Amino acid sequence: MMRIFVPRDALAVSLGADDVAAALRAACPDAAIVRNSSRGMAWLEPLVEVETPYGRIGYGPIDASDIPSLLASGFVDGGAHPKRIGRPEDHPFLARQTRITFARAGLTDPVSLADYRAHGGLAGLTRALGLSPADLIDEVVKSGLRGRGGAGFPTGIKWRTVQQAPSAQKYIVCNADEGDSGTFADRMVMEGDPFLLIEGMIIAGLTVGATRGYVYLRSEYPHAITAMNQAIDVALREGVLGDSVLSSSHAFHLEVRVGAGAYVCGEETSLLDSLEGKRGQVRAKPPLPALSGLFGKPTVVNNVLSLAAIPDIFAGGAAAYQALGMGRSRGTMPIQLAGNIKHGGLFEVPFGITLGELVMEIGGGTASGRPVRAVQVGGPLGAYFPPALFDTAFDYEAFAARDGLIGHGGIVVFDDTVDMARMARFAMEFCAIESCGKCTPCRIGSTRGVEVIDKIIAGDSKQLALLEDLCDTMKFGSLCALGGFTPYPVLSAIRHFPEDFSRHQPALAA
Amino acid sequence: MEYAFLSPIEIAARTAEIIAPYLALEGPAMPMLHAVQAAFGFVPEASVPVVANALNLSRAEVHGLVSFYHDFRHEPAGRTVLKLCRAEACQACGSDRIAAHASAALGIGWHETTPDGAVTLEPVFCLGLCAAGPCGMVNERTVARINIARLDAILEAAR
Repeated sequence: MMRIFVPRDALAVSLGADDVAAALRAACPDAAIVRNSSRGMAWLEPLVEVETPYGRIGYGPIDASDIPSLLASGFVDGGAHPKRIGRPEDHPFLARQTRITFARAGLTDPVSLADYRAHGGLAGLTRALGLSPADLIDEVVKSGLRGRGGAGFPTGIKWRTVQQAPSAQKYIVCNADEGDSGTFADRMVMEGDPFLLIEGMIIAGLTVGATRGYVYLRSEYPHAITAMNQAIDVALREGVLGDSVLSSSHAFHLEVRVGAGAYVCGEETSLLDSLEGKRGQVRAKPPLPALSGLFGKPTVVNNVLSLAAIPDIFAGGAAAYQALGMGRSRGTMPIQLAGNIKHGGLFEVPFGITLGELVMEIGGGTASGRPVRAVQVGGPLGAYFPPALFDTAFDYEAFAARDGLIGHGGIVVFDDTVDMARMARFAMEFCAIESCGKCTPCRIGSTRGVEVIDKIIAGDSKQLALLEDLCDTMKFGSLCALGGFTPYPVLSAIRHFPEDFSRHQPALAA
Repeated sequence: MEYAFLSPIEIAARTAEIIAPYLALEGPAMPMLHAVQAAFGFVPEASVPVVANALNLSRAEVHGLVSFYHDFRHEPAGRTVLKLCRAEACQACGSDRIAAHASAALGIGWHETTPDGAVTLEPVFCLGLCAAGPCGMVNERTVARINIARLDAILEAAR
């Protein structure tokens, strides 16, 4: 039977993929319409693919109104059409990537366990079930994996702490509260390859001795919530989750918990409080969640991408993963190209690629066609970089050396119409809206920050010194990264784009 | 939504039924509040003591939860909730213009509902569709690459 693929990914659906699938179903009643995951080339979505003897041929971006012309051009046999892109895997955007976490992206039906197994799924878990707890930790430590949520803490060390903490009950908590603007890799894993996350969490449970896990998933991701819940049901039915994981003596139970629109719940301790049913307020550390986490029990809290990297580390071996990357940043990073960018999407590569290659060569510059003026790397708490710093390598330490951070790997591109004083103001405004209120520098500082920047915009550039002072207080006095890192976008905007903070100055009277 | 014709006593009784399946969960407060809001469209004042009682919390603590999280409403929303993303990636694609147009066309600001109860306008910070901005949500449906024409069509359908 002929198979036609139409992604079920939220981005494709938001651009009409459901209508395209319905139109194809009506037009090709003999074909099987598979709702696959996304390849991650946002400008080509919805990307329709058809299976031919020469491989899968892609057409995009397809609107339901394109279906008659597609059929007329014989697309079911891979026929010529203005929107034909050939075999997607040959497309330069994909051919240049090293996909490990996203190896199955676009290929499979996300909630088909048979598809997952056929594409290498569960190999890591199968191997892990035969290893001792000491060997399991060893493998994660050797891989060099660092937390992909932003802080870059070595995953193996965190897991060892939990493993060694004595407790009858431990938890694996997946931080899927991907609130950073410009990031969507977690969403794509959960919508496109949910079994990968499930497998990673089970391996984490095996390693540290936890039998229960939670995925704290933000409410802004309805498609991911659906896909994760579908996959968990299938995994339970097929004996991947439950009292006996793959017929072993290990149990693992997993549940999705939905957030309620609070950005700060992406911070691990507020996330834990929210899971416990409290206001999502930040906890002081210590104690570390690894020792006293969810309900006071030892808890692994990892980002989606960290946990999703685990199955392949076990399937392919730590050495293979560790061989990729640069410096102390090992393995691959799923980078997300966003904002005003021509070729946006998901680009997974080993660490070390430069910012300029990502934005200009791969991303193709701005979608508006105007010059790139600034890029914000690492979400709303990340620094703004001018093109002059495009030689910065994508690596935790290289970004830190230039007063920036890679965060969760999101890159937001702005063209030359951006007003950086307004972006600095927005950073403070966002912090004020999302502050949990527990510590004063963040709660009060952010509101004062908006006021001070308003004065600067109104022409009082003497306030700049005050703003820098305020940023200092927030940076060193805040309890968590929300207040502590808001100075990054503000100070980087002032440093690299000073003209935007003085041009509002009224001309002096003669 | 089922709240419209219910008295506070009936809302309380209905709330007790809605939250019952969650009592056995670890940390049931958030799933309960989501369920209450899914049923009524908001978290009614009369539901708060019921949830508080079930969780052995004070009413103030449950009120604290409802007020902390942006998603929970204290009053019913319009028939269509239009959420527009205000985060950086959408700003880079001109979301400010889209928001200004929506606000002017509806005659309301953020968090407000049109007098006829048709549309509630809300900001949202990131829907993870950042390579296809500006983005938004029309009730439960996500929409990407919103331009003025597409926005007008959304508003037209909602009035």
